[in-house]
Amino acid sequence: MSDTHQQSIGYVRDSMLPETAPPMGETGAVKWMRANLFSSVANGALTLAAIIALYYLLSGVMPWLLNGIWDAPSIRACREILNDNVGGCFAVLTERWNQLLFGFKYPSEIYWRPTLAFVLLFVAIAPVLFRKVFPAQMLWFSGLYPFIAYYLIWGGSILIPVFALLGFVVGYLVYSRYVAQSFAAGFFGGILAALVFWYVTGFIPVQGILALEIVPSRDMGGFMLNLILGTVCVSLSIPFGIALALGRQSDMPIIKWICIVFIEFIRGVPLITLLFVANVVLAYFLPPGTNFDLILRVIIMITMFASAYIAEVIRGGLAALPNGQYEAGDSLGLDYAQKMRLIILPQALKISIPGIVNVAVGLFKDTTLVSVISMFDLVGMIRGPILASTEWNGVYWELLGFAALLFFVVCYGISQYSQWLERQLQTDHR
Amino acid sequence: MTTLSDPPSGSFRLSMLVNDRRYRSYTFQFIALVIVIALFGYLGSNLVANLRAAGLNISYGFLGESSNYDINQTLIDYSSRSTHWRAAMVGVLNTLLVAFLACITATIIGVIAGVLRLSPNWLVRKLMAGYVEAFRNVPVLIWIIIIFTVMTAVMPAPSAFRGETPEATMLFGAIAFTNRGLYLPGPIWGPGSLIVGLVFLASIIGVFAYRRYAKKLLYDTGRLLPMGWPSAAILILPTLLVYFILGRPITLEYPELAGFNFQGGIQILGSLIALWWALAIYTGAFIAENVRAGILSVSKGQAEAAASLGMRPRRIMNLVVLPQALRVIIPPLISNYLNITKNSSLAIAVGYMDVTGTLGGITLNQTGRAIESILLLMAFYLAISLAISGLMNIYNNSVSLKER
Repeated sequence: MSDTHQQSIGYVRDSMLPETAPPMGETGAVKWMRANLFSSVANGALTLAAIIALYYLLSGVMPWLLNGIWDAPSIRACREILNDNVGGCFAVLTERWNQLLFGFKYPSEIYWRPTLAFVLLFVAIAPVLFRKVFPAQMLWFSGLYPFIAYYLIWGGSILIPVFALLGFVVGYLVYSRYVAQSFAAGFFGGILAALVFWYVTGFIPVQGILALEIVPSRDMGGFMLNLILGTVCVSLSIPFGIALALGRQSDMPIIKWICIVFIEFIRGVPLITLLFVANVVLAYFLPPGTNFDLILRVIIMITMFASAYIAEVIRGGLAALPNGQYEAGDSLGLDYAQKMRLIILPQALKISIPGIVNVAVGLFKDTTLVSVISMFDLVGMIRGPILASTEWNGVYWELLGFAALLFFVVCYGISQYSQWLERQLQTDHR
Repeated sequence: MTTLSDPPSGSFRLSMLVNDRRYRSYTFQFIALVIVIALFGYLGSNLVANLRAAGLNISYGFLGESSNYDINQTLIDYSSRSTHWRAAMVGVLNTLLVAFLACITATIIGVIAGVLRLSPNWLVRKLMAGYVEAFRNVPVLIWIIIIFTVMTAVMPAPSAFRGETPEATMLFGAIAFTNRGLYLPGPIWGPGSLIVGLVFLASIIGVFAYRRYAKKLLYDTGRLLPMGWPSAAILILPTLLVYFILGRPITLEYPELAGFNFQGGIQILGSLIALWWALAIYTGAFIAENVRAGILSVSKGQAEAAASLGMRPRRIMNLVVLPQALRVIIPPLISNYLNITKNSSLAIAVGYMDVTGTLGGITLNQTGRAIESILLLMAFYLAISLAISGLMNIYNNSVSLKER
């Protein structure tokens, strides 16, 4: 007997063959296409249909995009240059660029102010969005930003935003002085102190001190108006939404019912009717002779609208927390405000982030509705002054496509950010 | 001896309203109530003062007055001599019409797109993702305006259909897309068409009866009857039979060019089409995401368990996966329907006469009754919303998992 097989079997290979490449059909692009595009007859048909649809779409759009005219004074000049070829007349975008962004009444020599405010918006928002990347000191600037932006966009004396800011500071000082006794005393004391401060400073004449040229609200327009309405209303509606959600969860029946009625009423009616209220009805409910401007009325209404929706999202977050969290807070001897601030809300808000971002995106899209009550936001500018002008009457696709693209970029960016944030905040281990 | 659990002795002191947790909630509620009442009182007194200054009053008498304006698309009889109330009703029906059409279309689009997003086909998956993202992230108002522009600026005028070699031709010789709207053949109900309708209704009931019988047979004896073709046969055959026996009482009227416009058939305005399709494709993108989430929410083990019991793929889908997925899909689906109804108020941007356009638009501007009109308008939308969310609560309770 031998310990090798050489005697018993005629031939045995005693060295490994070199690895050969897999067959052509099982590698690379071919394999990928077979698995992903033509795995069955039905799938192949579907792929072909998709390719044909894609071809028609691209063959229609690409020449229009690539042959586009970017420099012409009017649509007739555009058509002359095109000479019956297919092509877009994007000259309207370059010629009316400022109108699309700032509206048609904002003084052109001070376009740098909203532009600067827009750039600073990124500086202010970056430390809020990416906490780990930017130093925490930058949050101070984020806190100051609303006042800076107001000063830049609306102009007027610098004392108005300064006093507004000081009111918050006074309120905070009072709050931190009394919060040790009870949260309610600190909270309401702070609000009261701020209100008193604003009321008193209202008597101080501020005209002309370090003043920028005043731009009235009715001169705002274009995409700037959408951005103002979107950012202001979203940031205002989050605290209101939290308050409403807590109120709806409260075990005090009167407060609970006030919140329920408010939320269900707002959620039950379309935003347009609320904008109508801001436009024509709200004036009846204000003291005779008062006349505050349309933008402010619209901001109030959109904020109410958004806070009702955000309240429902946060309520979902509160309900999703296990009961043990509430009981743990109670067993530590925390009072209601401490329990909410330290235990419940941080977790509930984390759960509600995707929902809040959804509401924010929806709200930003809904700011286009103000064009219905004859405010000249981006859509209002396109449908009103630009399409009605003799030079650009008939340039629909370029303008509407531009508006759609702007909104798409912003909204898609926000939703991608929210998905990223969700992954960052995921603390459960999978 | 006293213990910690003894209630504090002594009578009620005023400071307990602030410091004692048992009474503090009353204080808060009282303050909240006072603030709300004061707010409403303030707004109300302002309203009264403003109305007096303007010489107005709150009255709904204008609803009975003649409206003096025309509406281009009506489902019920209406003329400019009808009352404002009648105009509002026309608007309500138009709102419901466009909401109904858009809901059905959005569901079909959404279900198809949602299922295709899970397809093993890479290209189709990516295309559907593109559709969903493109339509979710652009305001619906822009989509409405884009489709409205297609309907009014791109479509040929009726005069283009004229002449020996017309620039535009009718689809199948029956459907005309013009910049004044879409012209479709309309049915003419001849004598005897009532019987055909009744037979059709009866056959719908017959289908349900057959399915119930088949189910009972399956449970009692285990015999499986075919479902698909008998149902279709019961639905169609009797109606067709009666239709031909009675000598074809229902005929189609085709739109014809007459003068400057098409006559006959059904005209669907471009504004209705724009609103309907914009709402449908916009909301369809949201529904697609709901459908995808619903199907993904059913864990793979469910389908595998069913397969290991020997069920066939279609039955796994129908009996195991879908019933569980629907529990996740239906609630957001219904809130999407609600959104369609509310977004249909954007009709005012393209001039479709829904209730916002009649009651909140022309009636408001003609009579100056802003408060009354907008209150009625809000009440209408609120009633629809509350009704639908009430139904949804009933549904949710009936399908929610019964735990503990």
